Amino acid sequence: MPGVEPKVTQELALTHGLTAEEYDRIIRRIGREPTFTELGLFSALWSEHCAYKHSRIFLRGLPSQAPHVLQGPGENAGIVDLGGDLALTFKIESHNHPSFIEPFQGAATGVGGILRDIFTMGARPIAILDSLRFGAPEDPKTRRLIDGVVSGISWYGNCFGVPNLGGEVNFGPEYAGNPLVNAMAVGLVRKDRILRARAEGPGNPVLYVGAKTGRDGIHGATMASATFDEGAEERRPTVQVGDPFTEKLLLEACLEAMQTGAIVGIQDMGAAGLACACSEMPARAGTGMEVELSRVPQRELGMTPYEIMLSESQERMLLVAARGREAEVRRVFAKWELDAVEIGTVTDDGVLRARMRGEVVAEVPVTALADEAPIYERPTVRPDWQDALEAFDPLTLPDAAAPGRALLALMGSPTIASKEWVYRQYDQQVGINTLVLPGSDAGVLRIKGTPMAVALTTDCNARFVYLDPRRGAAMAVAEAARNLAVSGARPLGLTDCLNFGSPERPEILWQFKEAVAGIAEACRALEIPVVGGNVSFYNETLGQAILPTPVIGMAGLIEDAECRCTQWFKEPGDRVALLGPDAVSLGGSEYLWTLHRTLAGRLAPLDLDLERTAQEACRAAIEAGLVRSAHDCSEGGLTVAVAEACVSGPATIGAEIGLPAAPRPDLALFGEGPSRIVVSVPADASRALEALMAEFAIPWRWIGVVGGERLDVRMGGELAVSVPVMQIAREWRNGFERHVS
Amino acid sequence: MKFGVVVFPGTWSDCDFHYVISEVLHQPVSYVWHRETNLADFDCLVLPGGFSYGDYLRAGAVAGRSPVVEALPDFVARGGVVLGSCNGFQILCEAKLLPGALMRNECLQYRCQSTYLRVENAETPFTRALRPGQVLRMPISHGEGKFYADWETLRALKDKHQIVFRYCTEDGRLAKEANPNGSLDHIAGLVNEDGTVLGMMPHPERAAENAMGGTDGLLIFHSLLGSLVEDGSFLKR
Repeated sequence: MPGVEPKVTQELALTHGLTAEEYDRIIRRIGREPTFTELGLFSALWSEHCAYKHSRIFLRGLPSQAPHVLQGPGENAGIVDLGGDLALTFKIESHNHPSFIEPFQGAATGVGGILRDIFTMGARPIAILDSLRFGAPEDPKTRRLIDGVVSGISWYGNCFGVPNLGGEVNFGPEYAGNPLVNAMAVGLVRKDRILRARAEGPGNPVLYVGAKTGRDGIHGATMASATFDEGAEERRPTVQVGDPFTEKLLLEACLEAMQTGAIVGIQDMGAAGLACACSEMPARAGTGMEVELSRVPQRELGMTPYEIMLSESQERMLLVAARGREAEVRRVFAKWELDAVEIGTVTDDGVLRARMRGEVVAEVPVTALADEAPIYERPTVRPDWQDALEAFDPLTLPDAAAPGRALLALMGSPTIASKEWVYRQYDQQVGINTLVLPGSDAGVLRIKGTPMAVALTTDCNARFVYLDPRRGAAMAVAEAARNLAVSGARPLGLTDCLNFGSPERPEILWQFKEAVAGIAEACRALEIPVVGGNVSFYNETLGQAILPTPVIGMAGLIEDAECRCTQWFKEPGDRVALLGPDAVSLGGSEYLWTLHRTLAGRLAPLDLDLERTAQEACRAAIEAGLVRSAHDCSEGGLTVAVAEACVSGPATIGAEIGLPAAPRPDLALFGEGPSRIVVSVPADASRALEALMAEFAIPWRWIGVVGGERLDVRMGGELAVSVPVMQIAREWRNGFERHVS
Repeated sequence: MKFGVVVFPGTWSDCDFHYVISEVLHQPVSYVWHRETNLADFDCLVLPGGFSYGDYLRAGAVAGRSPVVEALPDFVARGGVVLGSCNGFQILCEAKLLPGALMRNECLQYRCQSTYLRVENAETPFTRALRPGQVLRMPISHGEGKFYADWETLRALKDKHQIVFRYCTEDGRLAKEANPNGSLDHIAGLVNEDGTVLGMMPHPERAAENAMGGTDGLLIFHSLLGSLVEDGSFLKR
């Protein structure tokens, strides 16, 4: 062993983020003190980020099976069948910690990492979406972060050449010390070309391909498994640096090399780099691996085995080729001017053996690293703050004196206002598949050569999850599915990015447990499998945890791309209907936040059977060609949904809405509840819609007519809101920029 | 008419041009690798959008010195035409096949959005099917699309009618708010003196099908197809 390495002690293990018990467990497992390199391997592979040791026990409750699921959780990304010879692969992942430390590179490499997860499966990436959360927009630090994060995503995605189909941007003071950057990538793959991250076939060569290894990002996975203190921003060296150009070359080279049939298995070197790939790939295949680290292409001098194994340098892959066909692989990578170096072989002894110039520096059973991290079932406690939150009755506040002004305030709020400022910085069309650009409820992409399209969305109302983790998380699933339904799509599967505080706090783990249970309930009721995801714990700075934020990324299928729908009103004279129940609440609403800066109260009830039927009814109406627009009612409630339908299309157009008289107009106008959809219907299709709704037996009613230059809302005949649509459009278009730049 | 779509490391509109030419226009087309210098098979070469060589150094700077680009003057001299869009335009300027330079957008941000273009010269092989003053709608997607040239160059561009497209409002007015990147004199596209090399920042291939929101981009291809005379060469302007 090289003599310069520090002596491994329990103390050193503790500084690597392992506990004393975990260190003892390692010694028992390998029967000796680990070498320094081995300690590094364990600390990375047994980190929360890689091993899910606090979350795994809860995640088992998520339904991941369905006949059309070709790959569930456990691989680089999940895969669902699109019919014919095509499949869709998608995954969402967080890059929260790096993005806080260095927003531009943190967000950029988040996009890079999730794209590699997609193309290692053999798929060509066709879309990305991003779900972002920041602190209060007035905070100058927020502006710096949002600018850095958005330009990082823009730089990486645009250069790589993948369209950004949307996502979310939300704000809350709880995210000030811990912004969330979640990126979802989606790829298209031929079913017979799917590759997996398995090191099959002892004797097969192991090739390192892509960029060279440097000292960047060492222990990124461990960093992402701890909370932040005041020194967080001093940790820039643990953030990786991205190179989207190399990633683009890597994509083309990988897909071209895969076509030769010479590649047996491939894995991205993301979190925990070579350490992770060299242990997970053989562990999945029941094999072992031997690697010579001096052969790893390096861009810095004097790197130690420890550094080479743990580097998180970007744009690298580890692949296993069929013995005798290495030259075919190397030829493709040479064409794209990338390194492809044989660094080892697959073995049959179940051991990861790493050498440095022949000398063994690590020799550990791969299963010990990849599969045997401890699984914790830590205590959970319902937080004592829940009672106070639930006890608050928003109706004890005075009613909105001027609902029209409240509407304008909501339309200009950073949560509701148009996010064009963000997405105009992203290429939305490369690949020429985008049928519905960002700005409707879901992005829609055609699948060339077929009549099909896919619809994509990410959703989470974290305020709801905070107030009631179980119902709030179920509502996030319901909302994502609804956003697909109003676009005309049937959900195929979801990927979740579970962003929470420290699981070592029983209150936070309770939020997590409840939220996962809520997701599971909704998935079962709506029959949507969870095909992959990511857990991001420790989103805390100085003891302040973020709102529990289980972001749901969902993909759905539109069988006939012609039967797609967008959210905005199109023709004067069309009738407007509200599909779904009346039950709403101001608890956790955007109205309560924007006008009263209050986050409290109870959520509206969620009836998952009704949710499902309402979505089916909407989809059926779209497929029958009865509706010209369909829009989910979410933040801001019914009135905001109608106002968005007025102003978010190519042309602004007014509407006249009539609602029954209500004891609390603000509740009826701005209350939020699930399962509600605003549709516009050509007058001559009214009868057909009525018949269809009767068939589905969901609550629904006509509420008005599209047209004019104002949005008028009458309640029991009395004019409650009357605002020129141009004024609404102005607030909505300029609101975001006014807040953030 | 045989099209070639040039592929540099980092190009990404190559597949889109290929798709439009083969699936929408039903014309023969093949990819041309950046090391290729034998271009005799082609009538029209497309330099597509993307980030060739990561746009490192300057957008288009490295690709502008690649073998295929060095073979372009000869290709044009033999009667071929070249359409450079987005990164292709940047490469053509870097290679000095077109005058001027493309700088960082005035807003200092990337912009992907729909733009309106006014046709300024309808007598090139690329615009023959258009009317002067006609307004087209096409998307842009770039971070470095602000055209700049010195005063004499601009004067020459105007005198020789080399400005082909200007950013404009929907009704054809030149206005600051309709200029998405701060281009000098609203210039969105221009040709060389012979009219055989067109560079433009907007993406015609993204406006070639109704499903993609419009077909104005096809008019450029229709012009090209209509400009081809029987002997296989192009009508010069």
